[in-house]
Amino acid sequence: MRVAIIVFPGSNCDRDMMVAVETLTGRRPALIWHKQTYLDPVDLAIIPGGFSFGDYLRCGALAAHAPIMNALHDHAARGGAILGVCNGFQILIETGMLPGFLVRNKNLKFICKQTSIIINDNTSCELTDSLDRTEKLQIPVAHNEGNFFADPETLDNIESNGQVVFRYASDNPNSPANLNGSLNNIAGICSSNGKILGMMPHPERAMGAGHESADGKKLLQSIFEAVVI
Amino acid sequence: MQVTITIEKKPGVLDPEAQAVNQALASLGFDDLQNVKMGKQITVSIDTDDHDRARYRAAKMCESLLANTVIESYKIEINEPS
Repeated sequence: MRVAIIVFPGSNCDRDMMVAVETLTGRRPALIWHKQTYLDPVDLAIIPGGFSFGDYLRCGALAAHAPIMNALHDHAARGGAILGVCNGFQILIETGMLPGFLVRNKNLKFICKQTSIIINDNTSCELTDSLDRTEKLQIPVAHNEGNFFADPETLDNIESNGQVVFRYASDNPNSPANLNGSLNNIAGICSSNGKILGMMPHPERAMGAGHESADGKKLLQSIFEAVVI
Repeated sequence: MQVTITIEKKPGVLDPEAQAVNQALASLGFDDLQNVKMGKQITVSIDTDDHDRARYRAAKMCESLLANTVIESYKIEINEPS
């Protein structure tokens, strides 16, 4: 399986993601600098978390226009799979590949904590096909702008198309289900073809061995299984 | 020609920052405060003397990068030389 991780100035989860991918697939993914204008054929492109371009203007806005992005649009147009985590999710939204927007957390605080997410019953995201939809996954978040917003019509559409993939579902009283103000507790959404997934929680930070949880393995494994078939 | 672009959240878009400032002003006793809106101001210089051209190019800049028109609106004003 071939995986590319796109790296921007300010990305800071690229190496964690590289280790996670290599641990699970046995193959080191390619790290692609944002100035590259082509992308060799890959089964999965990943946009990692971080603070691309210092979050200047809007989170993800400048990265969304980086030279590599044309190649990423081509990859998406061919039906290629893309995973965007945290800042990667913000970037996918800024490119228009995913709907809605991520605004500042409701409490105006950077939220860095373990959280529970649940897979939406009617999700059409094929990248999560092999995940148990009744099981909560423990995956940490670390973000300042993760508060999912969409106008009522867009929200209706993404709900009825099954584009909502993950919802925050904590039952810990110290970590409310709606931790950042997201509409409908949305933690992750996918494109209408189900192949582009954006999520705020960081699966690469839930890989066991020193991490609080190993559920990120299940999540990433599910994505890898879906893209190689 | 200098153009000032003002970018604001569209009505109905959650703006936790403006809400927090609103609450803070209210708690300072500004009980006549009705609403707070926050936004960005960006000044660009465009190589033209034609107002329409400057407005057109500034609008292009807003549409392609400066504003996210899903949640933000923009206003363009030509800065007249004083």
